[in-house]
Parts: sequence; C-alpha cells; structure tokens
Amino acid sequence: MAELTYREAVSRAIAQEMERDPSVYFIGEDVAAAGGVFKTTEGLLERFGPDRVRDTPISEQAIIGAVMGAAMNGLRPVAELMFSDFFAVCWDLIANQIAKTRYMTDGQVALPLVIRTANGGGVRFGAQHSQSVEGWAMAIPGLKVVVPSTPVDMIGLFAAAVRDPDPVIVVEPKVLYASKGDVPDGEIVDRLGSAKVLREGADVTICALGAMVPKALEAAERLSSDGVDAEVMDVRSLVPLDATTILGSVAKTGRFVTVEENPRLCGWGAEVASLVAEERFFDLDAPIVRITTPHIPLPAADALEDLAIPSVDAIADKVKKATMD
Amino acid sequence: MARTSPPIAGETVRLGMYRMMQEARLFEKRAQDLFLEGLIKGTSHLALGQEAVAAGFAAALRADDLVFCTYRGHAHTLLRGAPMAALMAELMGRATGICGGKGGSMHLTDVSHGAMGSYAIVGAHMPIAAGAAWAAQQRGTGQVVVCFFGDGTTNIGSFHEALNMAAVWRLPVVYVCENNLYMEYTPIGQVTAVEHPAADRAAAYGLERIVVDGNDADEVHETAVRLVGRAREGGGPALVEAKTYRHGGHSRADPAKYRPEDEVREWLARDPIPAYRERLVASGVDAAAIDEIDREVLELVDRATEEAKSGPFPDPGALETELWADGGSAWRS
Repeated sequence: MAELTYREAVSRAIAQEMERDPSVYFIGEDVAAAGGVFKTTEGLLERFGPDRVRDTPISEQAIIGAVMGAAMNGLRPVAELMFSDFFAVCWDLIANQIAKTRYMTDGQVALPLVIRTANGGGVRFGAQHSQSVEGWAMAIPGLKVVVPSTPVDMIGLFAAAVRDPDPVIVVEPKVLYASKGDVPDGEIVDRLGSAKVLREGADVTICALGAMVPKALEAAERLSSDGVDAEVMDVRSLVPLDATTILGSVAKTGRFVTVEENPRLCGWGAEVASLVAEERFFDLDAPIVRITTPHIPLPAADALEDLAIPSVDAIADKVKKATMD
Repeated sequence: MARTSPPIAGETVRLGMYRMMQEARLFEKRAQDLFLEGLIKGTSHLALGQEAVAAGFAAALRADDLVFCTYRGHAHTLLRGAPMAALMAELMGRATGICGGKGGSMHLTDVSHGAMGSYAIVGAHMPIAAGAAWAAQQRGTGQVVVCFFGDGTTNIGSFHEALNMAAVWRLPVVYVCENNLYMEYTPIGQVTAVEHPAADRAAAYGLERIVVDGNDADEVHETAVRLVGRAREGGGPALVEAKTYRHGGHSRADPAKYRPEDEVREWLARDPIPAYRERLVASGVDAAAIDEIDREVLELVDRATEEAKSGPFPDPGALETELWADGGSAWRS
C-alpha cells in the first residue's frame, strides 16, 4: 500500500497497462519529453521509449484520427487530449468516426482505444479550459465514459478502459490531480459500469461524479451533525451506467439528489433523474433535486468560479432542504 | 494521350486493370439504374469517369494492404475484392449487404479485403489512414495504406494535420487526391489559392510534387507501384494528385448543369475505359479477348444484381446490434 497523488496514479495506470501489453501505445501533446502539462505522464518516455510514448504536434484531429486508425490495425492506443474543451476541435473524429464505425460496418471494425482528458473547473483557467464535457460524450451512442475520482479508481478504471474492446473516454477532474489516496501494491483492474457507494445512509441518496464526489462526502459528514443520514454514491461510469445500484439506493432512501459540475441543461444528472422518475417514482418521498453550475460558461476569477461550482455549503444546504419536505 | 515510354506492367496486369475499370463502371451504371427503379434509396456519389485511379492503385497493392476512401467509394471498395453482390445488396438496404444494411452507399466497408471504410465527412479519414499506417510501421507488418480523397478535402484542416504527422513519423501511407475539378458543385480552382490543390501543397510537408493523368491507368499504376514500394521499404509517405473528371454530378440529386458544355465534352472524349481499350489493342492485345472481358463483367453485374435483389431486408432484431463488441447496444444495468 502506498499513498499516491491522482497525477501519480495516472502515470502508474498507463505504465501498468503498457508493461502488460506491448500493443498499448500512448500519444499526445507534450506527454513524452515534458511528462505532460499536468505532470501526469512523467517517466513514461524513459521507461517505454519514444516509439510507444510519443509527442504529437498540436493537431487534435490527427491525434484522435491516429488512435482510431491504429486501433483498426492491431494496436490498443491511448491518446491524451490535453484539455477536454479540445473535444470541440476534434469532435468529428470522436462523435462521427470512432463512435459510429463499429455499428455502421455491422461489427467489422473493432476500436479498442482510450482517450483520456483533463476536465472541469476549480483551477481559475477560464471558460475554454474548465468545462465539464462528460455529458457531450455520454450523449453519443458508441462511446463509453468513465470519470475516476480517486487515485485507485484512476488506475483501476483506466486499466478496464484499455482492456475493453470498445472506445472509452476517461475523464480526469484536473482539480483532483494533487489529491491523495491509498493505492494497494500490484495490478489494479476495476470494472466499467459500476457505481460505488462511498457512505451508507438512510435518508437521501446523493449521486456525485468526479470532483463533486469529495465535496458530496464532506457535505454528508456535515449533514450528519444536523441529523441527516445521507448515502453518497460515486457514479464513476456514465456509459455503461450502473442503474441497478443507483435505483436500489433510491428505493432505500426515498430521496434523490445529483451533484454535477456541468451547466444545468442536459447534464448527466438529468438522464439519471429521468431514470429515477420513470422507474422509482413510487419510492420517492420528495422531488428529485439537481445541483449543477448555473447555465453559464465558467468565469476565471476565483470569487466568481467558486460561486458557480457547487460548494460543500451549497450541497449541504440543498440536501437538507430536500430532506425537510 | 501520347506516352513517351512503354508501360511497366505486363499484359496480364493491364488486362486486369481493364477488367477492374469495367467492373467499377458497370457496377455504378447499374446502381444508377436501380436508383431510377426505386430499388436503391437515399443518395449515392458515383465515380463514373474516375475508374483509372482506382484500378491503377488496386493493381499495385498487396492483399494485406489497407485502403481508405470517401463517400465516393464504390469503385475503391469493389476493386479491393469486396464481393459485388454484397455491395449491391448494401446499396439496396438488404440484410445480405456488406454492412448488413447499416452502412449504405456512403459507408461501404469490407475489412476482410482491406477496404477499411468509406468516410462521409470530408477529410476525416486522412488522419485515420495515418493511424493505420502508424500501426503497420510499429508492428512491422510491411503493409502500406492508401488513402483516396477528393480535391475538396485539400482545404480542410485534417488534410494538413494528417500530412504533417505522416511526414514527421515517416509513415507508410500514400495519399491520393482524385482531382475531378469540382468540390461538390463549385470549381475547386475558384476556392483554392493554388492551381493544383494537392500537389502544390506537397512542399509544405517536405513531399515530392506529383501530378498524374488520372484517366490513364498505366500512368496511375506506374506511380502507384513506385510510391507503394517506396513506402513499404520505409521511404515514408507520398501525396499524389490524379487529374480526372466526374462524368455526372456530385450526387444523385445533382444534374451538374453548372459545368461548361465544352469542358464536359472534352473530358467525355477522354473517358479512361475506351482510351485504354484502344491502347491495349494498339499494343497487340486481341480485341476479342477484351470483348470477352466486357461480356464477363456484364454477366457478373447481372448476377450480382439478381442476387442482391433476392436478399432479405434486415430483421428488426438487427437494429440494436453491433454498437459494442459484445454484439449489443446496452448502456445501463
């Protein structure tokens, strides 16, 4: 067992899979010699050499196209997209090509590839380097999407993504890169499509994702002193979605709150809330509550960004109101 | 089309290319007829008149080489060896189609023959082809990737991103621009800063400037043999501009009235198939042997048409299959 930062867990995750499988390759902007702009890939070039760990030009279409083509011809490539905001620059390759090709060819083309990307706000980068775009990927049939919130989940979910025969987007909350967690020794492999109950409770289910998970946990601790016993769930995987665990928790608590970093409209929580409404309506004791950012781009100033992103105070306050109905 | 040197290909290869051009031509003409009969729906983008590019390259490839093409990709897919009946059935939306009816005219794919897909978003397949070549290079398979695209592609970003990456990584990929003078409906010269939309950009990526007569199967083939061979030996990528002409409009909906009559007349007179036939006969090939090829190809197209027509429509159960590698499309537990 060792205590690792999330950023250290990223490089350990990539190294674990590259060590195991010589067909795993890793490319991206500044990922090799510089070790990544977030220092998440340090040491990989030295360990695996310039063929398998490679710096690319600033050409997001070429990066994503290259991993698609390589996956069609026998590699299991991993691409880093430096900021998830850059999805918008290469969205054709992701949404039209990678996502659709297996279906369009009736299964002739397999695309075992991973795109990992730094996502979300909290670091004062302004609107074009702070978005939470996991919902964009979730909306496209043919993409799997996971969002690890701890170092150990980063390793396990990344390993599951690399070993999966379908394209997987691994979304990393950049504000968590400095966070720490215990990581067991040896190989770690998790499972796509599995949510995790991090805190059991009887009164309300709080479903959170990514950087909102530690905030939801802290809010739940605070609520317990007010007599509210909250269950906190880390959704972890948007596609496939662990509906069984989520709906099971709602059946137990009767109240449901989502905590999302994304803007209000079409956030992942809307889809999950609709599932709860359709399938657990008669178990609900109160209206579903969605906690999101306002429907705005994220501002840069810390005073404004902190107002926009759900805070521990805001989560605790809204969950408490939800349980008073 | 005067030639200064004899072709490098022998008679077998040359008759093979003639047969391939005829297969592509008659397949597409039949597809056009089937549209008019209402048996093919949607749209189609025919490459009538451009067959020499497809045949010249197809004859230069190894069985395990990989080809990427565009929505104007019937000929390229067919000439890789994809079964004609399955291609026709795909156009007709049948379960027996090469993609089970899920792809259609713009997405013909036959991985088992190295036809790695027809890509319908302009430029998208340029970096994908580079990626396939990167995998070939890293795995040491000796495969070469050929990526066909239209002149319109030369003005989209992914063209430039892919060529740069292919050059920097010295990838075994040959990019082939089929310059048919029109990007969809607009003359390419009207919207491009240079005269030769592909070849004049080659220098930007440290590549040789290559323009060939895309209506001359021998010239295309010679170029293909040279560049594919060089790429296979580690000599890196190439960019070819093949000048050719689309006999019809951009798509089924386009009568192509915007083209000057004398331009159309001049290019129709340079139809690659009768020109090649004449050249073969002039070089001593028995005209009867060529007539026999014509008969065989027509029979092949007739048989493929009948087979495709008799294929069943897709079962409703197919709708939600093959999104994922497990064969299904489940997104939740």
